[in-house]
Amino acid sequence: MVKRYFRPEIELLSRDALKELQFKRLKKIINKVYNLVPHYREKFKRAGVKPSNLKSLEDIRLFPFTTREDLFVDYPFGLLAEPLEKVVRLHTSSGTTGKPKALFFSKEDIKAQAELIARSLVMSGATASDILQNSMTYGLFTGALVMHYGAELLGMLVIPAGPGNTERQIELMQTFGTTCIHMTPSYALYVATIIQERGIRPGIDIKLKRAYLGAEPYSEETRRKIETMLKVEVYNCYGLSEMGGPGVGFECPAKDGLHIWEDAFLVEVVNPNTGEPLNPGEVGELVLTTLNRTAMPLIRYRTKDLTTLLEGPCHCGRTHIKIARILGRADDMFIVRGVNIFPQQIEGVLMSIKGVAQNYQIILEGYDEMTIKVEIDREFFDGRIERILKLREEITERLRQALQVRPKVELVEPGTLPISEGKAKRVIDKRVL
Amino acid sequence: MKIKQISVFLENKKGRLYEALTAIAKEGVNIRALTIADTSDFGILRMIVNNPELAKKALEEAGFTTKITSVIAVGVKDQPGGLAEVLKILYEGDINVEYLYAFVEKSGEEAIVVLRTDNLDKTVNLLQQAGVKLFSSTDIESL
Repeated sequence: MVKRYFRPEIELLSRDALKELQFKRLKKIINKVYNLVPHYREKFKRAGVKPSNLKSLEDIRLFPFTTREDLFVDYPFGLLAEPLEKVVRLHTSSGTTGKPKALFFSKEDIKAQAELIARSLVMSGATASDILQNSMTYGLFTGALVMHYGAELLGMLVIPAGPGNTERQIELMQTFGTTCIHMTPSYALYVATIIQERGIRPGIDIKLKRAYLGAEPYSEETRRKIETMLKVEVYNCYGLSEMGGPGVGFECPAKDGLHIWEDAFLVEVVNPNTGEPLNPGEVGELVLTTLNRTAMPLIRYRTKDLTTLLEGPCHCGRTHIKIARILGRADDMFIVRGVNIFPQQIEGVLMSIKGVAQNYQIILEGYDEMTIKVEIDREFFDGRIERILKLREEITERLRQALQVRPKVELVEPGTLPISEGKAKRVIDKRVL
Repeated sequence: MKIKQISVFLENKKGRLYEALTAIAKEGVNIRALTIADTSDFGILRMIVNNPELAKKALEEAGFTTKITSVIAVGVKDQPGGLAEVLKILYEGDINVEYLYAFVEKSGEEAIVVLRTDNLDKTVNLLQQAGVKLFSSTDIESL
Protein backbone atom coordinates (compact mmCIF):
# COMPACT_ATOMS: atom_id res chain seq x y z
CA MET A 1 0.00 0.00 0.00
CA VAL A 2 1.22 3.48 -0.84
CA LYS A 3 1.64 5.56 2.26
CA ARG A 4 0.35 9.09 1.91
CA TYR A 5 0.74 12.00 4.27
CA PHE A 6 -0.79 15.48 4.35
CA ARG A 7 2.21 17.10 6.08
CA PRO A 8 4.99 14.51 5.94
CA GLU A 9 7.62 16.90 7.30
CA ILE A 10 5.62 17.13 10.57
CA GLU A 11 3.99 13.70 10.63
CA LEU A 12 7.28 11.84 10.17
CA LEU A 13 9.45 14.16 12.28
CA SER A 14 11.89 12.23 14.48
CA ARG A 15 10.94 11.91 18.17
CA ASP A 16 13.84 14.12 19.21
CA ALA A 17 13.02 16.86 16.75
CA LEU A 18 9.35 16.61 17.74
CA LYS A 19 10.22 17.05 21.40
CA GLU A 20 12.40 20.01 20.56
CA LEU A 21 9.55 21.58 18.65
CA GLN A 22 7.17 20.89 21.56
CA PHE A 23 9.51 22.48 24.07
CA LYS A 24 9.92 25.58 21.94
CA ARG A 25 6.17 25.96 21.61
CA LEU A 26 5.46 25.14 25.24
CA LYS A 27 7.86 27.83 26.44
CA LYS A 28 6.21 30.35 24.19
CA ILE A 29 2.68 29.50 25.29
CA ILE A 30 3.52 29.38 29.01
CA ASN A 31 5.06 32.84 28.69
CA LYS A 32 2.09 34.09 26.74
CA VAL A 33 -0.55 33.02 29.25
CA TYR A 34 1.54 34.22 32.17
CA ASN A 35 1.84 37.64 30.63
CA LEU A 36 -1.61 38.04 29.10
CA VAL A 37 -4.09 35.99 31.18
CA PRO A 38 -4.47 37.18 34.79
CA HIS A 39 -6.12 33.93 35.86
CA TYR A 40 -3.13 31.86 34.73
CA ARG A 41 -0.68 34.27 36.33
CA GLU A 42 -2.58 33.97 39.61
CA LYS A 43 -2.62 30.19 39.41
CA PHE A 44 1.07 29.98 38.59
CA LYS A 45 1.88 32.30 41.49
CA ARG A 46 -0.19 30.25 43.89
CA ALA A 47 1.66 27.14 42.74
CA GLY A 48 4.97 28.97 43.14
CA VAL A 49 6.08 28.62 39.52
CA LYS A 50 7.24 31.05 36.90
CA PRO A 51 7.74 30.53 33.18
CA SER A 52 11.50 30.56 33.86
CA ASN A 53 11.10 27.29 35.84
CA LEU A 54 10.36 25.50 32.60
CA LYS A 55 13.78 24.06 31.70
CA SER A 56 12.59 20.92 29.94
CA LEU A 57 9.38 19.33 28.67
CA GLU A 58 9.12 17.32 31.89
CA ASP A 59 8.98 20.54 33.88
CA ILE A 60 5.39 20.92 32.71
CA ARG A 61 4.59 18.89 35.85
CA LEU A 62 5.52 21.89 37.97
CA PHE A 63 2.63 23.84 36.53
CA PRO A 64 -0.93 23.59 37.86
CA PHE A 65 -3.71 21.77 36.04
CA THR A 66 -6.53 23.62 34.33
CA THR A 67 -9.96 22.14 35.01
CA ARG A 68 -13.41 22.82 33.67
CA GLU A 69 -13.98 25.05 36.74
CA ASP A 70 -11.23 27.36 35.49
CA LEU A 71 -13.23 27.91 32.33
CA PHE A 72 -15.92 29.59 34.42
CA VAL A 73 -13.63 32.12 36.09
CA ASP A 74 -14.24 35.61 34.65
CA TYR A 75 -16.73 33.87 32.35
CA PRO A 76 -17.00 34.00 29.43
CA PHE A 77 -13.91 35.89 28.20
CA GLY A 78 -11.58 35.40 31.17
CA LEU A 79 -9.11 32.98 29.59
CA LEU A 80 -8.61 34.87 26.33
CA ALA A 81 -4.97 35.51 25.48
CA GLU A 82 -5.80 37.66 22.50
CA PRO A 83 -8.00 40.76 22.12
CA LEU A 84 -11.59 40.00 21.11
CA GLU A 85 -10.96 41.41 17.62
CA LYS A 86 -8.67 38.44 16.93
CA VAL A 87 -11.38 35.97 17.91
CA VAL A 88 -13.54 34.68 15.08
CA ARG A 89 -15.44 31.73 16.46
CA LEU A 90 -17.26 30.57 19.57
CA HIS A 91 -18.03 26.96 20.34
CA THR A 92 -19.67 25.76 23.49
CA SER A 93 -19.74 22.44 25.15
CA SER A 94 -22.71 21.49 27.23
CA GLY A 95 -21.79 21.03 30.84
CA THR A 96 -23.98 18.63 32.76
CA THR A 97 -25.16 21.51 34.90
CA GLY A 98 -25.50 25.24 34.44
CA LYS A 99 -23.69 27.33 31.88
CA PRO A 100 -21.94 25.81 28.89
CA LYS A 101 -18.17 25.96 28.56
CA ALA A 102 -17.27 28.77 26.16
CA LEU A 103 -14.32 28.16 23.84
CA PHE A 104 -12.88 30.79 21.51
CA PHE A 105 -10.85 30.39 18.37
CA SER A 106 -8.86 32.77 16.19
CA LYS A 107 -8.48 32.51 12.42
CA GLU A 108 -5.15 30.72 12.95
CA ASP A 109 -6.76 28.31 15.42
CA ILE A 110 -9.51 27.38 12.96
CA LYS A 111 -6.94 26.80 10.25
CA ALA A 112 -4.65 24.78 12.47
CA GLN A 113 -7.44 22.49 13.66
CA ALA A 114 -8.65 22.01 10.08
CA GLU A 115 -5.15 20.90 9.18
CA LEU A 116 -5.15 18.31 11.96
CA ILE A 117 -8.39 16.94 10.51
CA ALA A 118 -7.01 16.94 6.97
CA ARG A 119 -3.91 15.03 8.15
CA SER A 120 -6.17 12.54 9.92
CA LEU A 121 -8.44 12.01 6.93
CA VAL A 122 -5.46 11.40 4.64
CA MET A 123 -4.12 9.03 7.30
CA SER A 124 -7.32 6.98 6.95
CA GLY A 125 -6.81 6.78 3.18
CA ALA A 126 -9.26 9.49 2.15
CA THR A 127 -8.54 11.73 -0.83
CA ALA A 128 -10.08 14.80 -2.46
CA SER A 129 -12.34 12.53 -4.50
CA ASP A 130 -14.13 11.21 -1.41
CA ILE A 131 -17.58 12.36 -0.36
CA LEU A 132 -18.08 12.99 3.33
CA GLN A 133 -21.54 12.93 4.87
CA ASN A 134 -21.16 14.88 8.06
CA SER A 135 -23.88 13.70 10.42
CA MET A 136 -22.72 15.37 13.60
CA THR A 137 -24.54 18.33 15.10
CA TYR A 138 -23.79 21.65 13.40
CA GLY A 139 -23.95 24.78 15.48
CA LEU A 140 -22.41 25.45 18.85
CA PHE A 141 -20.99 21.95 19.06
CA THR A 142 -17.50 21.53 17.53
CA GLY A 143 -18.11 18.06 16.09
CA ALA A 144 -19.56 18.92 12.71
CA LEU A 145 -18.07 22.31 11.86
CA VAL A 146 -14.47 21.45 12.65
CA MET A 147 -14.65 18.22 10.65
CA HIS A 148 -16.34 20.18 7.86
CA TYR A 149 -13.46 22.67 7.61
CA GLY A 150 -10.85 19.92 7.70
CA ALA A 151 -12.54 17.86 4.99
CA GLU A 152 -12.87 20.94 2.80
CA LEU A 153 -9.20 21.73 3.33
CA LEU A 154 -8.39 18.27 2.00
CA GLY A 155 -10.77 18.91 -0.90
CA MET A 156 -13.44 16.35 -0.15
CA LEU A 157 -17.04 17.02 -1.13
CA VAL A 158 -18.82 17.62 2.16
CA ILE A 159 -22.53 16.93 2.63
CA PRO A 160 -23.51 18.91 5.74
CA ALA A 161 -26.28 16.48 6.68
CA GLY A 162 -26.32 17.06 10.42
CA PRO A 163 -27.67 14.39 12.74
CA GLY A 164 -31.01 12.59 12.84
CA ASN A 165 -33.67 12.09 10.19
CA THR A 166 -32.33 8.65 9.37
CA GLU A 167 -34.50 8.20 6.27
CA ARG A 168 -32.93 11.29 4.75
CA GLN A 169 -29.44 10.21 5.80
CA ILE A 170 -29.85 6.97 3.86
CA GLU A 171 -31.37 8.78 0.91
CA LEU A 172 -28.38 11.16 0.78
CA MET A 173 -25.99 8.20 0.87
CA GLN A 174 -27.79 6.60 -2.04
CA THR A 175 -28.27 9.73 -4.13
CA PHE A 176 -24.79 11.22 -3.84
CA GLY A 177 -22.73 8.09 -3.38
CA THR A 178 -21.38 9.04 0.04
CA THR A 179 -18.06 7.28 0.67
CA CYS A 180 -17.30 8.52 4.19
CA ILE A 181 -19.55 9.22 7.15
CA HIS A 182 -18.89 11.10 10.37
CA MET A 183 -21.25 10.39 13.27
CA THR A 184 -21.46 9.02 16.77
CA PRO A 185 -21.05 5.25 17.15
CA SER A 186 -24.48 4.83 18.75
CA TYR A 187 -26.10 6.63 15.85
CA ALA A 188 -24.05 4.60 13.36
CA LEU A 189 -25.41 1.42 14.94
CA TYR A 190 -28.90 2.79 14.63
CA VAL A 191 -28.45 3.81 11.00
CA ALA A 192 -26.90 0.40 10.23
CA THR A 193 -29.90 -1.33 11.78
CA ILE A 194 -32.35 0.70 9.72
CA ILE A 195 -30.32 0.02 6.55
CA GLN A 196 -30.49 -3.69 7.31
CA GLU A 197 -34.22 -3.58 8.02
CA ARG A 198 -34.92 -1.78 4.76
CA GLY A 199 -33.04 -4.44 2.83
CA ILE A 200 -30.57 -1.85 1.50
CA ARG A 201 -27.35 -3.62 0.54
CA PRO A 202 -24.12 -2.02 1.76
CA GLY A 203 -21.48 -2.22 -0.97
CA ILE A 204 -24.17 -2.28 -3.67
CA ASP A 205 -26.98 0.20 -2.92
CA ILE A 206 -24.77 2.39 -0.77
CA LYS A 207 -21.04 2.67 -1.25
CA LEU A 208 -19.58 3.65 2.08
CA LYS A 209 -15.88 3.04 2.55
CA ARG A 210 -15.05 4.69 5.85
CA ALA A 211 -16.87 5.71 8.97
CA TYR A 212 -15.32 8.25 11.32
CA LEU A 213 -16.96 7.59 14.63
CA GLY A 214 -16.37 9.62 17.74
CA ALA A 215 -17.80 11.90 20.44
CA GLU A 216 -18.57 8.96 22.68
CA PRO A 217 -16.46 6.00 23.73
CA TYR A 218 -17.17 2.61 22.19
CA SER A 219 -15.66 -0.82 22.24
CA GLU A 220 -13.71 -2.87 19.72
CA GLU A 221 -16.74 -5.16 19.42
CA THR A 222 -18.99 -2.25 18.49
CA ARG A 223 -16.47 -1.23 15.84
CA ARG A 224 -16.49 -4.72 14.34
CA LYS A 225 -20.27 -4.88 14.42
CA ILE A 226 -20.58 -1.59 12.52
CA GLU A 227 -17.82 -2.59 10.08
CA THR A 228 -19.65 -5.80 9.24
CA MET A 229 -23.10 -4.27 9.07
CA LEU A 230 -22.10 -1.34 6.83
CA LYS A 231 -19.11 -2.93 5.05
CA VAL A 232 -16.86 -0.02 6.04
CA GLU A 233 -13.59 0.64 7.79
CA VAL A 234 -14.36 2.33 11.08
CA TYR A 235 -11.84 4.88 12.31
CA ASN A 236 -12.06 5.99 15.88
CA CYS A 237 -11.68 9.73 16.27
CA TYR A 238 -11.33 11.59 19.49
CA GLY A 239 -11.69 15.19 20.38
CA LEU A 240 -13.17 17.61 22.82
CA SER A 241 -14.38 21.15 22.37
CA GLU A 242 -11.81 22.48 24.82
CA MET A 243 -9.07 21.13 22.55
CA GLY A 244 -10.70 22.41 19.37
CA GLY A 245 -13.10 19.54 18.72
CA PRO A 246 -12.41 16.45 16.62
CA GLY A 247 -8.95 15.89 15.19
CA VAL A 248 -7.13 15.66 18.51
CA GLY A 249 -6.70 11.90 18.30
CA PHE A 250 -7.29 9.80 15.23
CA GLU A 251 -6.67 6.20 14.23
CA CYS A 252 -4.39 5.23 11.39
CA PRO A 253 -5.02 2.07 9.33
CA ALA A 254 -3.19 0.04 12.01
CA LYS A 255 -6.31 0.65 14.14
CA ASP A 256 -4.24 0.12 17.20
CA GLY A 257 -4.55 3.34 19.14
CA LEU A 258 -5.18 6.95 18.22
CA HIS A 259 -2.35 9.26 17.18
CA ILE A 260 -2.34 12.59 18.91
CA TRP A 261 -0.71 15.31 16.86
CA GLU A 262 2.10 16.25 19.18
CA ASP A 263 3.10 19.38 17.36
CA ALA A 264 -0.28 20.72 18.51
CA PHE A 265 -0.71 19.02 21.90
CA LEU A 266 1.49 18.04 24.79
CA VAL A 267 0.15 14.73 26.07
CA GLU A 268 0.16 13.45 29.65
CA VAL A 269 -1.75 10.69 31.41
CA VAL A 270 -2.19 11.13 35.16
CA ASN A 271 -3.77 9.36 38.08
CA PRO A 272 -7.25 10.94 38.26
CA ASN A 273 -7.16 11.07 42.05
CA THR A 274 -3.62 12.26 42.76
CA GLY A 275 -2.62 13.99 39.52
CA GLU A 276 0.64 12.03 39.50
CA PRO A 277 1.99 11.11 36.05
CA LEU A 278 1.45 7.50 34.96
CA ASN A 279 3.65 5.24 32.88
CA PRO A 280 2.69 4.00 29.42
CA GLY A 281 0.27 1.10 29.84
CA GLU A 282 -1.29 2.50 33.01
CA VAL A 283 -4.87 3.74 32.70
CA GLY A 284 -5.52 7.27 33.83
CA GLU A 285 -6.88 10.65 32.88
CA LEU A 286 -5.67 12.28 29.69
CA VAL A 287 -4.22 15.75 30.25
CA LEU A 288 -3.55 17.99 27.26
CA THR A 289 -1.76 21.28 26.73
CA THR A 290 -2.43 23.21 23.54
CA LEU A 291 0.90 24.06 21.95
CA ASN A 292 -0.19 26.37 19.16
CA ARG A 293 -3.63 27.63 20.16
CA THR A 294 -3.61 31.43 20.02
CA ALA A 295 -6.96 32.77 21.26
CA MET A 296 -7.50 30.57 24.27
CA PRO A 297 -4.54 28.36 25.17
CA LEU A 298 -5.20 25.69 27.79
CA ILE A 299 -2.39 24.48 30.00
CA ARG A 300 -2.54 20.93 31.41
CA TYR A 301 -6.25 20.64 30.83
CA ARG A 302 -7.92 17.74 32.64
CA THR A 303 -9.97 16.07 29.91
CA LYS A 304 -11.72 13.63 32.28
CA ASP A 305 -11.21 11.00 29.58
CA LEU A 306 -9.58 7.77 30.60
CA THR A 307 -6.93 6.17 28.42
CA THR A 308 -3.37 4.95 28.43
CA LEU A 309 -0.27 5.94 26.44
CA LEU A 310 0.96 3.49 23.80
CA GLU A 311 4.62 3.98 23.07
CA GLY A 312 6.73 2.65 20.24
CA PRO A 313 6.85 3.06 16.48
CA CYS A 314 3.71 2.68 14.38
CA HIS A 315 3.26 0.75 11.13
CA CYS A 316 2.00 3.87 9.43
CA GLY A 317 5.36 5.60 9.93
CA ARG A 318 4.01 8.52 11.93
CA THR A 319 6.08 9.37 14.95
CA HIS A 320 3.31 11.02 16.97
CA ILE A 321 2.31 9.23 20.15
CA LYS A 322 -0.75 7.02 20.38
CA ILE A 323 -3.35 6.64 23.10
CA ALA A 324 -5.63 3.65 23.60
CA ARG A 325 -9.29 4.05 22.69
CA ILE A 326 -11.05 6.11 25.36
CA LEU A 327 -12.11 3.72 28.11
CA GLY A 328 -14.68 6.07 29.53
CA ARG A 329 -15.00 9.31 31.38
CA ALA A 330 -13.32 9.73 34.71
CA ASP A 331 -16.87 10.83 35.66
CA ASP A 332 -18.51 7.73 34.18
CA MET A 333 -16.48 5.43 36.30
CA PHE A 334 -18.63 4.08 39.07
CA ILE A 335 -17.81 2.00 42.06
CA VAL A 336 -19.81 -1.09 42.95
CA ARG A 337 -18.90 -2.97 46.08
CA GLY A 338 -15.55 -1.25 46.09
CA VAL A 339 -14.65 -2.13 42.51
CA ASN A 340 -14.02 0.54 39.86
CA ILE A 341 -16.07 -0.16 36.75
CA PHE A 342 -16.28 1.59 33.38
CA PRO A 343 -19.36 1.12 31.18
CA GLN A 344 -16.97 0.24 28.34
CA GLN A 345 -15.86 -2.92 30.09
CA ILE A 346 -19.45 -4.07 30.25
CA GLU A 347 -20.11 -3.15 26.64
CA GLY A 348 -17.04 -5.10 25.56
CA VAL A 349 -18.29 -8.27 27.20
CA LEU A 350 -21.86 -7.91 25.96
CA MET A 351 -20.94 -7.29 22.34
CA SER A 352 -18.88 -10.47 22.25
CA ILE A 353 -21.80 -12.69 23.26
CA LYS A 354 -24.08 -14.18 20.62
CA GLY A 355 -27.75 -13.54 21.27
CA VAL A 356 -27.29 -10.03 22.60
CA ALA A 357 -28.68 -7.05 20.68
CA GLN A 358 -27.11 -3.59 20.59
CA ASN A 359 -28.51 -1.85 23.61
CA TYR A 360 -27.90 -2.22 27.28
CA GLN A 361 -28.40 -0.24 30.42
CA ILE A 362 -26.64 -0.33 33.76
CA ILE A 363 -28.79 0.35 36.80
CA LEU A 364 -27.29 0.86 40.22
CA GLU A 365 -29.72 0.68 43.08
CA GLY A 366 -30.39 -0.43 46.62
CA TYR A 367 -27.33 -1.36 48.61
CA ASP A 368 -24.78 -1.47 45.83
CA GLU A 369 -26.75 -3.76 43.54
CA MET A 370 -25.88 -3.63 39.86
CA THR A 371 -28.53 -4.67 37.38
CA ILE A 372 -27.67 -4.84 33.71
CA LYS A 373 -30.55 -4.78 31.29
CA VAL A 374 -29.67 -6.40 28.02
CA GLU A 375 -31.77 -6.59 24.88
CA ILE A 376 -31.94 -10.04 23.36
CA ASP A 377 -31.40 -10.51 19.66
CA ARG A 378 -34.67 -11.21 17.81
CA GLU A 379 -33.00 -13.97 15.81
CA PHE A 380 -31.82 -15.68 18.95
CA PHE A 381 -35.32 -16.32 20.31
CA ASP A 382 -36.46 -19.81 19.39
CA GLY A 383 -39.36 -20.13 21.83
CA ARG A 384 -37.41 -22.16 24.37
CA ILE A 385 -37.03 -20.82 27.86
CA GLU A 386 -33.89 -22.85 28.59
CA ARG A 387 -32.01 -21.15 25.81
CA ILE A 388 -32.74 -17.72 27.26
CA LEU A 389 -31.94 -18.81 30.78
CA LYS A 390 -28.63 -20.17 29.54
CA LEU A 391 -27.89 -16.89 27.78
CA ARG A 392 -28.62 -15.00 30.98
CA GLU A 393 -26.30 -17.30 32.87
CA GLU A 394 -23.55 -16.88 30.29
CA ILE A 395 -23.81 -13.08 30.39
CA THR A 396 -23.79 -13.05 34.18
CA GLU A 397 -20.76 -15.32 34.39
CA ARG A 398 -18.77 -13.51 31.70
CA LEU A 399 -19.46 -10.15 33.36
CA ARG A 400 -18.53 -11.53 36.76
CA GLN A 401 -15.21 -12.68 35.37
CA ALA A 402 -14.49 -9.35 33.68
CA LEU A 403 -15.64 -7.07 36.50
CA GLN A 404 -15.01 -9.15 39.60
CA VAL A 405 -18.53 -8.21 40.67
CA ARG A 406 -21.56 -10.38 40.04
CA PRO A 407 -24.29 -8.33 38.35
CA LYS A 408 -27.96 -9.17 38.11
CA VAL A 409 -28.72 -9.58 34.43
CA GLU A 410 -32.19 -8.86 33.10
CA LEU A 411 -33.06 -9.76 29.55
CA VAL A 412 -35.45 -7.36 27.89
CA GLU A 413 -37.23 -7.20 24.55
CA PRO A 414 -35.23 -5.79 21.64
CA GLY A 415 -35.93 -2.14 20.90
CA THR A 416 -37.15 -1.29 24.40
CA LEU A 417 -34.04 0.36 25.84
CA PRO A 418 -33.40 3.98 24.91
CA ILE A 419 -31.23 4.39 21.82
CA SER A 420 -29.74 7.81 21.56
CA GLU A 421 -28.85 9.78 18.48
CA GLY A 422 -26.28 11.65 20.50
CA LYS A 423 -24.46 10.46 23.54
CA ALA A 424 -26.03 7.30 24.85
CA LYS A 425 -27.01 7.31 28.50
CA ARG A 426 -25.96 3.93 29.80
CA VAL A 427 -25.72 4.24 33.55
CA ILE A 428 -28.60 5.07 35.87
CA ASP A 429 -27.53 5.45 39.46
CA LYS A 430 -30.46 5.23 41.85
CA ARG A 431 -28.39 4.42 44.90
CA VAL A 432 -29.05 6.54 47.94
CA LEU A 433 -25.99 6.71 50.10
CA MET B 1 -49.18 -34.50 12.52
CA LYS B 2 -47.82 -31.34 14.07
CA ILE B 3 -49.47 -27.99 14.55
CA LYS B 4 -48.02 -24.51 14.80
CA GLN B 5 -47.57 -22.71 18.07
CA ILE B 6 -46.61 -19.09 18.38
CA SER B 7 -44.21 -18.09 21.17
CA VAL B 8 -43.72 -14.50 22.31
CA PHE B 9 -40.86 -13.20 24.44
CA LEU B 10 -42.38 -10.97 27.10
CA GLU B 11 -40.54 -8.70 29.45
CA ASN B 12 -41.94 -8.71 32.93
CA LYS B 13 -43.46 -5.27 32.53
CA LYS B 14 -46.90 -4.05 33.42
CA GLY B 15 -49.32 -4.18 30.49
CA ARG B 16 -47.04 -6.14 28.17
CA LEU B 17 -49.29 -9.22 28.02
CA TYR B 18 -52.29 -7.00 27.47
CA GLU B 19 -50.51 -5.27 24.59
CA ALA B 20 -49.61 -8.59 22.97
CA LEU B 21 -53.16 -9.89 23.19
CA THR B 22 -54.58 -6.60 21.92
CA ALA B 23 -52.27 -6.70 18.91
CA ILE B 24 -53.62 -10.06 17.76
CA ALA B 25 -57.22 -9.29 18.73
CA LYS B 26 -57.14 -6.29 16.39
CA GLU B 27 -56.42 -8.67 13.51
CA GLY B 28 -59.30 -10.92 14.52
CA VAL B 29 -57.02 -13.74 15.63
CA ASN B 30 -58.71 -16.17 18.01
CA ILE B 31 -56.80 -17.91 20.77
CA ARG B 32 -57.49 -21.63 21.22
CA ALA B 33 -55.05 -22.36 23.98
CA LEU B 34 -52.39 -20.43 25.84
CA THR B 35 -49.85 -20.70 28.59
CA ILE B 36 -47.15 -18.53 30.07
CA ALA B 37 -43.81 -19.81 31.27
CA ASP B 38 -42.27 -17.20 33.48
CA THR B 39 -39.11 -16.32 35.35
CA SER B 40 -38.49 -13.33 37.60
CA ASP B 41 -37.80 -10.90 34.76
CA PHE B 42 -39.29 -12.33 31.60
CA GLY B 43 -41.81 -14.83 30.39
CA ILE B 44 -42.72 -16.71 27.26
CA LEU B 45 -46.29 -16.61 26.10
CA ARG B 46 -47.23 -19.66 24.05
CA MET B 47 -50.43 -19.80 22.06
CA ILE B 48 -52.33 -21.95 19.65
CA VAL B 49 -54.37 -19.62 17.46
CA ASN B 50 -56.61 -20.01 14.44
CA ASN B 51 -54.11 -18.11 12.23
CA PRO B 52 -50.49 -18.29 13.47
CA GLU B 53 -48.94 -16.40 10.51
CA LEU B 54 -51.32 -13.48 10.91
CA ALA B 55 -50.70 -13.46 14.65
CA LYS B 56 -46.93 -13.40 14.08
CA LYS B 57 -47.21 -10.51 11.65
CA ALA B 58 -49.43 -8.51 14.00
CA LEU B 59 -47.14 -9.10 16.96
CA GLU B 60 -43.96 -8.22 15.10
CA GLU B 61 -45.49 -5.04 13.77
CA ALA B 62 -46.24 -4.16 17.38
CA GLY B 63 -42.55 -4.71 18.18
CA PHE B 64 -42.74 -8.14 19.81
CA THR B 65 -40.16 -10.88 19.44
CA THR B 66 -41.86 -14.05 18.27
CA LYS B 67 -41.16 -17.50 16.95
CA ILE B 68 -43.40 -20.12 15.39
CA THR B 69 -42.57 -23.65 16.49
CA SER B 70 -44.17 -27.07 16.12
CA VAL B 71 -46.12 -28.86 18.82
CA ILE B 72 -48.63 -31.72 18.91
CA ALA B 73 -52.29 -31.41 19.88
CA VAL B 74 -53.53 -34.63 21.45
CA GLY B 75 -57.07 -35.77 22.18
CA VAL B 76 -57.31 -37.01 25.75
CA LYS B 77 -60.29 -38.81 27.31
CA ASP B 78 -61.97 -36.40 29.70
CA GLN B 79 -61.90 -38.80 32.64
CA PRO B 80 -59.53 -39.66 35.51
CA GLY B 81 -56.30 -41.09 34.12
CA GLY B 82 -56.92 -39.81 30.60
CA LEU B 83 -53.75 -37.73 30.37
CA ALA B 84 -51.69 -40.28 32.31
CA GLU B 85 -52.54 -42.88 29.66
CA VAL B 86 -50.96 -40.71 26.97
CA LEU B 87 -47.93 -39.88 29.09
CA LYS B 88 -47.36 -43.58 29.77
CA ILE B 89 -46.88 -44.15 26.05
CA LEU B 90 -44.25 -41.41 25.93
CA TYR B 91 -42.54 -42.59 29.08
CA GLU B 92 -42.27 -46.12 27.70
CA GLY B 93 -40.98 -44.67 24.44
CA ASP B 94 -38.24 -42.83 26.36
CA ILE B 95 -39.53 -39.42 25.36
CA ASN B 96 -39.20 -36.34 27.56
CA VAL B 97 -42.03 -33.85 27.78
CA GLU B 98 -40.75 -30.27 27.66
CA TYR B 99 -44.11 -28.73 28.49
CA LEU B 100 -47.83 -29.24 28.02
CA TYR B 101 -50.97 -27.18 28.42
CA ALA B 102 -54.65 -27.64 27.71
CA PHE B 103 -57.17 -26.18 25.32
CA VAL B 104 -60.04 -24.19 26.73
CA GLU B 105 -62.69 -26.10 24.78
CA LYS B 106 -63.29 -29.77 24.28
CA SER B 107 -63.73 -31.68 21.04
CA GLY B 108 -66.71 -33.93 21.65
CA GLU B 109 -65.88 -36.02 24.70
CA GLU B 110 -62.17 -35.30 24.49
CA ALA B 111 -60.01 -32.66 26.04
CA ILE B 112 -57.23 -31.30 23.86
CA VAL B 113 -53.73 -31.10 25.25
CA VAL B 114 -50.78 -29.33 23.59
CA LEU B 115 -47.54 -31.26 23.90
CA ARG B 116 -43.95 -30.38 23.24
CA THR B 117 -41.37 -33.15 23.61
CA ASP B 118 -37.70 -33.62 22.90
CA ASN B 119 -38.55 -35.72 19.84
CA LEU B 120 -41.71 -34.63 18.06
CA ASP B 121 -41.54 -37.06 15.11
CA LYS B 122 -41.12 -40.07 17.36
CA THR B 123 -43.94 -38.80 19.58
CA VAL B 124 -46.30 -38.53 16.60
CA ASN B 125 -45.44 -42.09 15.49
CA LEU B 126 -45.88 -43.63 18.91
CA LEU B 127 -49.17 -41.89 19.60
CA GLN B 128 -50.59 -42.74 16.21
CA GLN B 129 -49.60 -46.38 16.61
CA ALA B 130 -51.37 -46.38 19.97
CA GLY B 131 -54.50 -44.99 18.34
CA VAL B 132 -54.42 -41.64 20.15
CA LYS B 133 -56.20 -38.87 18.27
CA LEU B 134 -53.93 -36.11 16.99
CA PHE B 135 -55.37 -32.84 15.73
CA SER B 136 -54.22 -31.22 12.50
CA SER B 137 -54.01 -27.51 11.77
CA THR B 138 -57.28 -27.79 9.85
CA ASP B 139 -58.94 -29.43 12.84
CA ILE B 140 -57.78 -26.57 15.05
CA GLU B 141 -58.97 -23.89 12.66
CA SER B 142 -62.43 -25.41 12.49
CA LEU B 143 -62.88 -25.85 16.22
